[in-house]
Amino acid sequence: MNHAHKDNPQASPGELFPPLKPLGKVLAVTSGKGGVGKTFVSANLAAALAKRGHKVLVLDADLGLANLDVVLNLYPKITLHDVFTGKATLEEAVVKAPGGFSVLLAGSGMVEYSRLTPNVREDFLRIMTGLLPHYDIVLLDTGAGISDVVLFAVSLASEVLVVATPEPTSLTDAYATIKVLVGEQKRRIIRMVINQTARMGDGRAITSQLQQVLDRFVVAKTDEKVRLVHLGDIPGDISVRQAVMRRQLLIQSTPGCPAALAISQLAAKIEDTLIHPSK
Amino acid sequence: MTSSSASFLVDLRELKLDDARALLEHSAQTLPDPAAGATSYLQTMIDKLGELSLKDPLTGLANRRYFQNVLMREIEMVARSGEPALLLMLDIDHFKKVNDTHGHPVGDLVLQGVAKALASCVRPMDTVARFGGEEFVIILPSCQGLYGQQVAERIRETVGALAQPLPTGEHLKVTISIGGAYAPRWVRSTPELWLDRADIELYRAKTEGRNRVCIEPQPMLAVSAEEKNLLFGPLSLGDPAWIESIANDGSASSSGAASNSLN
Repeated sequence: MNHAHKDNPQASPGELFPPLKPLGKVLAVTSGKGGVGKTFVSANLAAALAKRGHKVLVLDADLGLANLDVVLNLYPKITLHDVFTGKATLEEAVVKAPGGFSVLLAGSGMVEYSRLTPNVREDFLRIMTGLLPHYDIVLLDTGAGISDVVLFAVSLASEVLVVATPEPTSLTDAYATIKVLVGEQKRRIIRMVINQTARMGDGRAITSQLQQVLDRFVVAKTDEKVRLVHLGDIPGDISVRQAVMRRQLLIQSTPGCPAALAISQLAAKIEDTLIHPSK
Repeated sequence: MTSSSASFLVDLRELKLDDARALLEHSAQTLPDPAAGATSYLQTMIDKLGELSLKDPLTGLANRRYFQNVLMREIEMVARSGEPALLLMLDIDHFKKVNDTHGHPVGDLVLQGVAKALASCVRPMDTVARFGGEEFVIILPSCQGLYGQQVAERIRETVGALAQPLPTGEHLKVTISIGGAYAPRWVRSTPELWLDRADIELYRAKTEGRNRVCIEPQPMLAVSAEEKNLLFGPLSLGDPAWIESIANDGSASSSGAASNSLN
């Protein structure tokens, strides 16, 4: 039981994994609700960043219901599961994805890690620190919801991106997630992407609305300011569905469609703020 | 076509159905009428046997086989829908003492009484099953956080209030300990993991003194009605002018809110 607190010395009771000393250029992609396109965004964002010349790794941190493999149509023999169990090295498990980025897939059998034990936390931390020096940016595709595994994965990241759709259920869950990230993890900047928007400006309106509710119910109780930064919208686009059905990256199958252009713009913003923050 | 389908034709007289018939008879099932035709006769027979194979003979509750199926299905549902589902594990306190003091027939009566009480406490969509011995399980789909604790308390109180009449004229009372765990939302868990978590809580209820409910705490996902109202109020109006005003200068004019600090 002694090693239980070794891996996260800053954790204290009542706080669900406050961020560690930022591990570097790690962006956690999360969402309150499942099925809002979180994995789709992660994969295409990674491809767009790779296109801009960056070395990108996507780490499948959705241990319970991983489907990054389905989105990428990749089914490697060696996965994160083998690294966790010591059957393979990190180098063997990292594979090249179609979009020119690297990916570390969770693989089946990871369900046993959907419960956060000290061992899982240690393994995860070990893997992350081993990987970071080799990439310009690491995207963590976390699971939906706010399970302890998701919160832990997010706590490893220097930045967090919340994906939501304009649906009320998605917004409620996104808001609940943001509350936890602000309250328990002491996040002060959270980046937002609104997926499947119907009109120009919808996403910004939604982010603004979330900010107002947050200011009134959460920030008012703490002294620090919390900023929801609207990174952009991804318009609802028939090409997205087609790409998903064909198991292709949108960035590759229809690079000129509105949704792909929006993702490229997101990549540019992420490059400015995360990869070259000094510019 | 005719020759291949002919092999599926069965002559009832060639089948040895005595054991199956006896099994149904012993379980107080009405036997199907052979006069209704061979297909209908066999179908009814199979259906009744199927039903029997999923029931606990002593209590009439679902048995462990049925429970495993429902558990598996519920995990799929929760993984896809994100609806919270609660698994309760219940154990009659000091049941061995009941058996030792009053004998097994009385133990059986108590099990039946408790089973009946459990079944009366839940919704039709819930599944109550006998897990084994004096252990029962209940699956509650679409069960919101606070509601779960209430249901479990009601079950505990209902069983605690039971007075099982004994052949001697006495009345016997028992209590139960309850452990519960929610299926992790958006995660495809396994039956073993979920059961294990509920079992840990049951163990906690036992060690904390029995006759109590322990449910695994969940991360708070509380969004108040007031917050929701503010979250969707202006958005649900769908006022294009309002949305445009937000899009242009980042301040909501129609809601009269102060300017915000968006970039």
